[in-house]
Amino acid sequence: MMPRPIYLDYSATTPVDPRVLAKMIPWLSENFGNPASRSHAYGWAAEEAVEIAREQVASLIGADPREIVWTSGATESNNLAIKGAARFHSARGKHLITVKTEHKSVLDTCRELERDGFEITWLDVQENGLIDFDVFAAAIRPDTILASVMLVNNEIGVIQDIARLGTLCREKGVIFHVDAAQATGKVAIDLASLPVDMMSLSAHKTYGPKGIGALYVSRKPRVRIDALIHGGGHERGMRSGTLPTHQIVGMGEAYWIARENMGADNERARWLRDRLMQGLMKLDQVFVNGDMDQRVPHNLNLSFNFVEGESLLMGIKDVAVSSGSACTSASLEPSYVLRALGRSDELAHSSIRFSIGRFTTQDEIDAVIEKISASVSKLRELSPLWDMHRDGIDLSTVQWAAH
Amino acid sequence: MAYSDKVLDHYDNPRNVGSMSAGDDDVGTGMVGAPACGDVMKLQIKVNAEGIIEDAKFKTYGCGSAIASSSLVTEWVKGKSLAEALEIKNTAIAEELALPPVKIHCSILAEDAIKAAVADYRAKQGFVEETESGACPAVVVEKAAA
Ligand SMILES: Cc1ncc(COP(=O)(O)O)c(C=O)c1O
Ligand code: FES
Repeated sequence: MMPRPIYLDYSATTPVDPRVLAKMIPWLSENFGNPASRSHAYGWAAEEAVEIAREQVASLIGADPREIVWTSGATESNNLAIKGAARFHSARGKHLITVKTEHKSVLDTCRELERDGFEITWLDVQENGLIDFDVFAAAIRPDTILASVMLVNNEIGVIQDIARLGTLCREKGVIFHVDAAQATGKVAIDLASLPVDMMSLSAHKTYGPKGIGALYVSRKPRVRIDALIHGGGHERGMRSGTLPTHQIVGMGEAYWIARENMGADNERARWLRDRLMQGLMKLDQVFVNGDMDQRVPHNLNLSFNFVEGESLLMGIKDVAVSSGSACTSASLEPSYVLRALGRSDELAHSSIRFSIGRFTTQDEIDAVIEKISASVSKLRELSPLWDMHRDGIDLSTVQWAAH
Repeated sequence: MAYSDKVLDHYDNPRNVGSMSAGDDDVGTGMVGAPACGDVMKLQIKVNAEGIIEDAKFKTYGCGSAIASSSLVTEWVKGKSLAEALEIKNTAIAEELALPPVKIHCSILAEDAIKAAVADYRAKQGFVEETESGACPAVVVEKAAA
């Protein structure tokens, strides 16, 4: 049997931590009660578990448990926050601000609101992936009701200055939503002091199960939103539906562990990331995408110039990573995030995202360096662009036939 | 994405990788695609006095299917006349390599590369006297037909 590929795609999803799994199991079998059942012990036990998990999630981000609304994941949280606030406050204004490098679940939600008559400003980022504060400030108008900015970018791992952007939003009376799906357990978050009105969370990026997430909705100041899903009025009317106790317990435990482990996890990730980077930068013509300082240590996004990303992935079948090349998808458009940084299309086509996690080992990093280096060298031998580069031809001066 | 065994075979053992002297009169060079699109294919053919393709070499920047398509056509064009080489259709390439629909453009690129290489060779033959030897091969870029 082929050994399992080395997993360096923790930004796509993480395995459930064994400690989390152990906590979840009983809530699928003997403790199967509906947390909304008020009339018997099955329901009471489940409700108690849900509330403990709510406290665990709240404590990772410095929130009050009453500010946590369970959802099916960050995609739903982003939808609920943005559509919910836009619709509730539409009498006050119809302008929203977001950023071109946001996750699709923010971008597509905003695009949907655009069809509904809202106006969206799509902010550019700087070459390092970070928002220029002045550009953000200039986008705020009297009729701006909401701004949505992610804390940590999923492709390039850069960390936006949420505190500064949020402070401005407070001053201007703009609701500030933050997608923190990639930030939990990596960046310290204290909503008691951070001026953030809503924050989207996901369990499966932080060693919890898939299909569960939460939306933080601030009580002070009180943020009001319309619900998207109507039913039994669960979660204070903001999100109806029977609560999945086992999933919620898993998210709670995962966030609890994240809180305890954040320091150690980050230190380890940084050490491994630095080792990976040093190893791969020995290859010629390798470029880092995104700022190196304002960045979570788990992410390394590199462009291997003159090598197309999908063909590189093919050469390292025993390594699980992801590529910003269009050839890995049906769209033929390379990563919109890298394009927003102003990266040339060819560098975007040549990019690989490595994301390190709790269970990554030094041996795995060393093996990946070796495999990638061999594959890049082989593909460059095959690459007409590499030949041209070595002949001293500047590719940007060549007139290519578009197709 | 699952790759067919034939694509994997060409990727692991690409045939006829390399370059020929693009300035030579008996060599036709076709370069198609663009780095911004994620694919550039260079195909070179060496044609003998009888008009038969004696040798072919390729270099490709692109996905595995693009590499496999160009590797395959170097095998297919060898021993063919120019007219026969021009008969090779992208559908045959796609079928041989069992390319999925999203990868059809890789096979189209390979067909275009053949056309471009033949056109370059024919142009050279038509202008043998005027051709400067040692012209820069890199900027030989042919318009894709599609
Ligand atoms: C930044 C960001 N936001 C939102 C999501 C969506 O999260 P979920 O899978 O929980 O819906 C992801 C994960 O893909 C993400 O990386
Ligand atoms: S070269 Fe991009 S899909 Fe084949």
